[in-house]
Amino acid sequence: MSEAVPGPAAPLTPSGNLRRRRLFSRLTELGATGAALFAVAVLGIVIYTVVVRGASALSFEFLVTGAPTGIAPALVGTALIVAVATAIAMPLGVLAALFVTEFAGDRVARASKLTLDLINGLPSIIIGLFVFALLVDHRKQSGFAASVALAIIMLPLVARGTQEVLLLVPNNLREAADALGVSRWRTVLGVILPSALGGILTSTVLAVARAAGETAPLILVSSVFNGKEVILNMSEAMPNVPVRIFQLSEEANPEGFAQAWGMSLVLVSLILFASLGARAMHARSRRKMSS
Amino acid sequence: MSATISSAETQRAAGHARSRDWRRSADRFGDGLLYGVCALAALVGVALILLIGYQVVHGAAPAISKFGLGFLVHTTWQPNFGVFGAGSLLYGTLLSSFMALLMGAPIAISIGLYLSLLAPAGVRGIISPLVEMLAAIPSVILGFWGILILAPFAHEYLEPWLHDTLGFIPLFGAPETTGASIFTASLILTIMIVPIIASVSRDLFLAVPREVQDGASALGATRWEVVRGVVLPSTASGVTAASLLGLGRALGEAIAVTQVIGAGAAINASLFRTGDTLASRIASQFPGAITEMHKASLYYLGVILLVIGLLSNLTAQWIGRRFDYARMAAK
Repeated sequence: MSEAVPGPAAPLTPSGNLRRRRLFSRLTELGATGAALFAVAVLGIVIYTVVVRGASALSFEFLVTGAPTGIAPALVGTALIVAVATAIAMPLGVLAALFVTEFAGDRVARASKLTLDLINGLPSIIIGLFVFALLVDHRKQSGFAASVALAIIMLPLVARGTQEVLLLVPNNLREAADALGVSRWRTVLGVILPSALGGILTSTVLAVARAAGETAPLILVSSVFNGKEVILNMSEAMPNVPVRIFQLSEEANPEGFAQAWGMSLVLVSLILFASLGARAMHARSRRKMSS
Repeated sequence: MSATISSAETQRAAGHARSRDWRRSADRFGDGLLYGVCALAALVGVALILLIGYQVVHGAAPAISKFGLGFLVHTTWQPNFGVFGAGSLLYGTLLSSFMALLMGAPIAISIGLYLSLLAPAGVRGIISPLVEMLAAIPSVILGFWGILILAPFAHEYLEPWLHDTLGFIPLFGAPETTGASIFTASLILTIMIVPIIASVSRDLFLAVPREVQDGASALGATRWEVVRGVVLPSTASGVTAASLLGLGRALGEAIAVTQVIGAGAAINASLFRTGDTLASRIASQFPGAITEMHKASLYYLGVILLVIGLLSNLTAQWIGRRFDYARMAAK
């Protein structure tokens, strides 16, 4: 103890080692804040570029005509592909989630969750290869194949999201239904599903937002089209927004770039609005559940 | 029973019994049906994984039997001569993904710390969704932005600067003529994985009990020391799992990487040269592949990707589960 013991009147300010430790702590705090700001800045720059460059391409004609002046076929194609994908993935996902939370034992539930997580973790290009081998090889590209690929991507998102809300449904409801002698399937369809509906819709919208921008599988299963006219036949290769952006971005042609920015703006705004809306819905239903 | 019960009442009772029976059998049927449909839906997931594995391996079969495991180390890829090897692609995939993880994980964990421990509630409510929004931007748009905005910037400023200061390390060689490089691909991948790791680690840090942190503070620990001594050690496995998930995402990203990596064929020590990855080679060549062997080789790349992807995911799950047990034991 060579250091002098401070007298009772000494000011309460850190010195020596403590000052160094506090300075270091302060610096790390600044670093963490900086990291967060950096991420927000990157988002800001990306959105800013897309908005500024996309806005100049945007016009009424751009939205309602076919190639080379507009993107209507791609918009319609993406809408159809995603709609059919949702029609496949949503019921499957909700039912799989019901199985895990309402019927399955612990072990089966865990196995089912694991498979869903594994599917979710698969690179989307692999899903493209799979659907190509299953539906396109030796046949031809089709909008339906694209829907199947997107449905595989959406399935785990819908299922895991639904599982989470189903777990939030108060057990009282189940017990009350049991006490009234209501059979299981009536409880599930009449009590549990309705009270989880908000959450199910939220996770579906989030899955749609994810699927709408997915490009890798579509390049393999729905990329051969001229983009001039609107195609409503799902057995044909359908023009779609992400693949068109990709093709234009590879072409190094300034006009194509301008169009790609316009499409990016349309796609990003749809996706961001959808996910913001889903988020708001989620917050509301969560509040309702917990109150 | 007694004779006072009128025939109408007997009939009504019999009617009730009948409808009860009907109800019961309908319920039994409904229960069974719903159970069956749900179980089937859950089975679809398992069937999908198996089918995907089967189809991809099946597609790769000709290439697997022709090239064997040597495919993994051979670096020539010449579709015109029917010679294929994944060596340089494997190198490009691992290099770009690990660079992305190296840059992304510290940033993402810092963001997680900021959002869970430092940010005031109001700010957290704004920044949290913004960070997650970064994950919602489609990779094709990020890649397009990468070509036109990020690549020129990296080529103009970042690469020369890194070359000048760290040029003695072979990784930071002389910049090429364009910004298309493994380095740019790593930057794009970093942007993609940061929000994933950040949101998972934020949730992990939020789950660290307040009392433990307060205890450390009461012992005189600074905020950093609380993080270093309490928060990080108790969430280490979860954070590792999150990073692995991010790595898995980076390894499998096809589109954005195709757009910015420049489709180089050779293995270069320098980050600033072009390269290519497994996923990006599939995306760029599969639509135009004509010969069976070319297609089969691309499927073979898919098999490698599938194995790497499943391994990183399973490891992440395994570590994450261990974390769950650790937390349960602590309770």
